[in-house]
Amino acid sequence: MERLYTKDTQAIFWNNNKTAIQRMLDYDYTIKRETPSVAAIVAPTSGNKFEKFFYGGDEVMIPLFKTTREAKAAQPQADVLLNFASFRSAYDVTMEALEVGGFSSIMITAEGIPERLARGMNQTAKEHGVTVIGPATVGGITPGAFKVANIGGTITNIVNSKLHRAGSCGLVTRSGGLFNELSNIISINADGIAEGVAIGGDRFVGSVFIDNLLRMEQNPDVKYMILLGEVGGTEEYKVIEAIKNGTITKPIIAWCIGTIAKHYDSGVQFGHAGASANSETETAEYKNNAMKEAGIHVPASFNELPGMIKKVFTEMNIAEIPEPEMNVVPTSRRSKEFICTISDDRGEEAHYCGFPISSVATPETGFTIGDVMSILWFKKRYPRWAVDFLETVLKTVADHGPAVSGAHNAKVTARAGKDVISSLIAGLLTIGPRFGGAIDGAAQHFKHADDNDMTPKEFLSHMKKSGIPIPGIGHRIKSLKNPDLRVTGLMKYAKENFPSTPLLDYARTVEDLTTSKKENLILNVDGTIGILMVDMWRALDYTDEEIDLFIEAGALNAFFILGRSIGFIGHILDEKRLAMPMYRHPMDDILYDVQRAEEL
Amino acid sequence: MAQKAIREYDAKSILAKHWDKYFPDFTYAYETVMVQNGTELKDAAQANTWLNEKTLVAKPDMLFGKRGKNGLVLFKDAKPGDVKLEKAVSWIDDKSSTPQNVYFSFDGDKPTGEPSVDKLTHFIVEPFTPHEQAEEYYVSATCVGDDDVIYMSAEGGMEVEEGWDEKVTEVIFAITDTEEQIANKIRANIPVDVADADKAKFAEFCIGFFRAYRELNFAYLEINPFVMQGNKIELLDMVAKLDDTAGFMMVEEWGDVPYPTAFGMEAKSPEEEAVELADSKTGASLKLTILKPEARIWTMVAGGGASVVYADTIADMAGIEDLANYGEYSGGPTMGETQFYAETLFDLMTREKDAQGRGKVLIIGGAIANFTDVAKTFTGIIKALDNYQDKLKEVGTKIYVRRGGPNYEKGLKDIKEAADNMGLYIEVYGPETHVTDIVRMALEK
Repeated sequence: MERLYTKDTQAIFWNNNKTAIQRMLDYDYTIKRETPSVAAIVAPTSGNKFEKFFYGGDEVMIPLFKTTREAKAAQPQADVLLNFASFRSAYDVTMEALEVGGFSSIMITAEGIPERLARGMNQTAKEHGVTVIGPATVGGITPGAFKVANIGGTITNIVNSKLHRAGSCGLVTRSGGLFNELSNIISINADGIAEGVAIGGDRFVGSVFIDNLLRMEQNPDVKYMILLGEVGGTEEYKVIEAIKNGTITKPIIAWCIGTIAKHYDSGVQFGHAGASANSETETAEYKNNAMKEAGIHVPASFNELPGMIKKVFTEMNIAEIPEPEMNVVPTSRRSKEFICTISDDRGEEAHYCGFPISSVATPETGFTIGDVMSILWFKKRYPRWAVDFLETVLKTVADHGPAVSGAHNAKVTARAGKDVISSLIAGLLTIGPRFGGAIDGAAQHFKHADDNDMTPKEFLSHMKKSGIPIPGIGHRIKSLKNPDLRVTGLMKYAKENFPSTPLLDYARTVEDLTTSKKENLILNVDGTIGILMVDMWRALDYTDEEIDLFIEAGALNAFFILGRSIGFIGHILDEKRLAMPMYRHPMDDILYDVQRAEEL
Repeated sequence: MAQKAIREYDAKSILAKHWDKYFPDFTYAYETVMVQNGTELKDAAQANTWLNEKTLVAKPDMLFGKRGKNGLVLFKDAKPGDVKLEKAVSWIDDKSSTPQNVYFSFDGDKPTGEPSVDKLTHFIVEPFTPHEQAEEYYVSATCVGDDDVIYMSAEGGMEVEEGWDEKVTEVIFAITDTEEQIANKIRANIPVDVADADKAKFAEFCIGFFRAYRELNFAYLEINPFVMQGNKIELLDMVAKLDDTAGFMMVEEWGDVPYPTAFGMEAKSPEEEAVELADSKTGASLKLTILKPEARIWTMVAGGGASVVYADTIADMAGIEDLANYGEYSGGPTMGETQFYAETLFDLMTREKDAQGRGKVLIIGGAIANFTDVAKTFTGIIKALDNYQDKLKEVGTKIYVRRGGPNYEKGLKDIKEAADNMGLYIEVYGPETHVTDIVRMALEK
């Protein structure tokens, strides 16, 4: 790997840290990235499916997942994990990601992960060939390509520090705050950085100075490197070694902070947990001298570092870097109250999911009402067999005579002189668990039984135990001998046109059992529709989760509502045509049993 | 912060608590008490009858070694192994009554360097264990580089320390080694000097020891020596450090273990302890070390790296005589946390005027923050300035501010206005000024 991140790099962000993610997207917008740098967010306790973020003045939605595994499965191209879990869970999150696989680097922000766990996860990552940045870090940045979370600070500071486009310096620090400071110094005294990493302040960090410098040595954008070390540890000596054996040839400017530590005994902890000298060779002064002897450019103090950078950079005669065009993030933005993902009325002509209305409306377009339903309800254009099925369902449920409660209500309301909409609503309001709702219930319960491999017998006893009559089973008068021809038609269509009908096949075995107990306990029309809908979606490759979501959302009932509205409107128009008077129910049809109210 | 030393008594208590898990084939009597004076020892004898029944060994338990060479191990009255409770009580009272000289390094039996002088406040008392020299062994474990290392020797006590290279076998383990790999490596590397008859037992003890070291999150664990008599183990001397970042996982395992200040080290001031307590309760970072409370330059610097750079620069330009404290706040502390931290500092720096009549300098410094809201944290500092303005003026405080990061313009403007209104001397600078340049400015005034 010669570059840590590129302009195509996408990350999975573990923890819905909105400020940090927004900063990444502001950066993406500023540098005109084509895709957002965050592809998914893992938020184990959130019930939401996505989070909205600004992208410039507009908003984008980033999907939320409960686990890294789900996020990675949905966004396999995202190969960076930004682990923003707390010190209590950061280890588990890293280990899970390593098990899931497919990550090239993992950045860990938590400070104070137990040392044994930090060592374990760093080592495991190394064995998997995964670069770990951190723990206890703000991360890294490849200017003009990808920025981790908060590194670089605000967008104003990023532009001021020339972190919006690649410069020539490879920067490695321990400290995150000083990383930012150095970026600023480098932008003033040189031409900015090409790649930068803050390796983290804990004693055990994944990638150390040398790992990052060796990568930068391979990166053609990096012309020279700056290393900001600290008192404590011996990592700087690995860099000296690499210079001596010729593995690193690019110029390095370096300084170790913490020269003050020599004045105090080891009881004073300066800076990070990793910053404590256990022997003379770990002191800042000793390391600075050793680096100087190895040919590294070492200033006399931190205050002289800017001058040193200017000198080395000027001597290298690097060609001036053209300033790229940038987007400017608007200063005031307002979050949108509503989101629409199915149609769009901006522009010349309104669209249904990307299809202009004129391209679906007239017969020669090949679109029927079932096509329009499939794109507006399910955001996909279904194959002909499925579209025909949707229409078959609508036609099948369009009406069932004037006596059923919904139609009756619609008629009574129309006769009370109300308009079409009021009468229709009066009819629709009766649709629910007893009227029409069996479609939802049948789909849900039969699918549940099938998902859990219940035998028909187990299913019946399960439903009995739950105290629920099986939805979709039973008819007032129809039976096996006297079949409901609507059901026969639906089943025949499915058998001939569906790729397969596993849930229907299962339901038929249940029906065998129920009808053996009582003749009329047949699979009724509601049950058949619900079950075949599930079979249709399965054949269309929807996942179980997506199908469950359709059922939960009431999509199945929606077919009944839409279809039956046709019938209700028919009945309402019928009443208007007939000009029937106000309906009053005959009193002799009511059992009056009224007692005097008890006084309390 | 990471690795913290604990008392011998606590180290033994932790091992004893988990003894049967790690050493099922061995017994350990765990007869040990820790006392601060003779009276406490007498009181302890009521619950621990062995203190009356057995002869005793007493020694300070204050995170320093070479107690024998310093003459601080009581094991004989007239002859070795004859110390009774009465004697131990009077010895402890005697040793704790006046400051003691303790040397940390020796050349042979001759102390080298300057002694540390401090009062002895904690003693550990145990039964005297008669045993043969041959029954003493050494074992320790720690982390070296990326790996764990166990050190084992057939000899314990001084012999090991003085003949380390010849007498100690070391075995290195990767962090990812399995239980089985570890056990096999230990069994294969038992020091040759361990008697053949004892090799298997010694190995089992070391395997249990190393597992305890790993699973109980010790950063360092040493028993020098332990005595093995059949299946009976006696832990004669122990040194231990814990990785305190594992504390949240080890609540049950460790119990409420204290991290004492070592002998000779100045005890933490109440202010340092208060900041440490606040630090442990927040996701942000608050650190304070008082170096020289009468010195005139006080720093309130944001960031673990920047704070070191400021300290380096002050030491370079003014010398450490003028540097009063080291500390840092970072990781997005709340306004309240920042105010508390600032007031702790202001309180300390305004207690006395500078002995040479100079004004005091307050450096409110920091690099360019990544995510800390500068204006928000500065609101906390402004409140603290408001509460301490009179005291700050009394000691002639000049304030120098340098900061960048989210909302820094507002932060700088707010603090400048507030200080001006209070009549405090203040200069403020943003990211266009080099991070530590305010130190130079302050010293030139």
